[in-house]
Amino acid sequence: MRQLTNRIGLAFSNAIAELGYVFVLFFEALHWMLLGKFRKQPVGLAHIINEAMQIGVKAVPIIIILCLAVGMMLAIQGLETLKPYGAQGQVILGIALSVTREFAALIVGIVVAGRSGSAITARIGTMMESQEIDALRAIGIDPVRYLVAPILIAMVIVVPALTVLGMLMGIFGGAIYSSVQLNISMMTYVERSFDVITAWDISQGLIKSAMFAAIIALIGVSNGFQVSGGAEGVGRATTR
Amino acid sequence: MTHTFTKEDVIQVERLNAWYGDRHILKNINFSVKKGEIMVVMGGSGSGKSTLLRFLLGLNTPESGQIRMLGKDITTMSERELHDMRKNMGVSFQGGALFGSMTVGENIQLPLREHTQLNATTMQIMARIKLEVVNLAGFEDLMPSQLSGGMTKRAALARAIIMDPKMLFFDEPSAGLDPVVSAELDEMILKLREAMSMTIVVVTHELESAFKIADRITVLDRGEILICGTVDEVRSSKIERIHNLLNRKPRQDTVNVDEYMKRLTGK
Repeated sequence: MRQLTNRIGLAFSNAIAELGYVFVLFFEALHWMLLGKFRKQPVGLAHIINEAMQIGVKAVPIIIILCLAVGMMLAIQGLETLKPYGAQGQVILGIALSVTREFAALIVGIVVAGRSGSAITARIGTMMESQEIDALRAIGIDPVRYLVAPILIAMVIVVPALTVLGMLMGIFGGAIYSSVQLNISMMTYVERSFDVITAWDISQGLIKSAMFAAIIALIGVSNGFQVSGGAEGVGRATTR
Repeated sequence: MTHTFTKEDVIQVERLNAWYGDRHILKNINFSVKKGEIMVVMGGSGSGKSTLLRFLLGLNTPESGQIRMLGKDITTMSERELHDMRKNMGVSFQGGALFGSMTVGENIQLPLREHTQLNATTMQIMARIKLEVVNLAGFEDLMPSQLSGGMTKRAALARAIIMDPKMLFFDEPSAGLDPVVSAELDEMILKLREAMSMTIVVVTHELESAFKIADRITVLDRGEILICGTVDEVRSSKIERIHNLLNRKPRQDTVNVDEYMKRLTGK
């Protein structure tokens, strides 16, 4: 019993320590974003663009496929469910709201976490193991400014952008199936979707995606910075 | 061990103590390095020499003691002061620690980009000059993964000297290299000292290399300095642990598993 209590206590204190570390990284990154320029150590634009390309552009195909598929599935199931009530037309509203408020942000979050979150952990973890982080510090480059801040900025810009793409693809996916079933043109379907979506619906999706982005970036880098134990340690960190 | 510091010292380490958990890993370390001198810190595995280097580089802060570089204590410096001090320090890490995402040329230019306002062409020219110094002319467009072990170390050296630092630090420069390449690197360290009057600290366990390049040697064992003296003084030392190290004599004390685990985990 005592051993169990010890374990729970230890796990809890470790979790608090890790959370604290994530917050430290966040505030340090924020510090460099706001004050780096005044200290003549700005966060590099080239690094931000490079990260944005890696996180964003390369994730576009998978997000298009997934969001199209989800939109179509929602349409299939929605039409099936609403048919007994003769309310098939409401499927447009259902898909538009669920995709913009929830699904696009969630799908993009999962894809980016799986693709880029692990890649960030692996990259920083490998840099830790090969003493590249030490080399950065020895040169006088703060690793948080050089590595964390560009990743965080790129994520917070790119993930919401991908979410907008996901929203459009989700609606388009719904349109492909529903327009045939409802016997309306795809253009009419899309127009009706845009009529029911409000700015607040889109904002909800974007706020969620920005929060996912920050969480993915910070967990990725914090896991990377805590890597120890060689290649096995890197592997362990990427699957935490 | 007492130590006398002089005005010629570029690096002074005084009463340095460090712990990892309960383990006392550096015990009251005192030594100094004079301007233009090559100091080799030697010792077996686990003696604390790489940890000592991390403290000298300001990568870790000791629990007690002072590390003065060019007369200033780096243990009490602010991040900004340490950032300025690093302009005077060049480091060549054990595995080279070149950034895998950059070309060799970009790696070498990185300290210039960080600390100077030079234009791109000037930085490229300076990187080429340093690559020539380390016999790697024409390799600036290759990626680090395309270099051999010896080339990687030389490229890391080029990066370390790009700012013409006053102090240069090497962590195991000969590790993983064949004897010929290792000897070439030793020659390069000696030439650098002559050409650029740098103060150099080399951490190594390679005896041959240490005796070849050192002006003075500090021998560490289990976190303690056993001797700090010239090559001849170290060679003629009567201290048994130094004698054993120089003659590659295996340790007689058996490893107690419980004691070892306690040292590792603190439990």
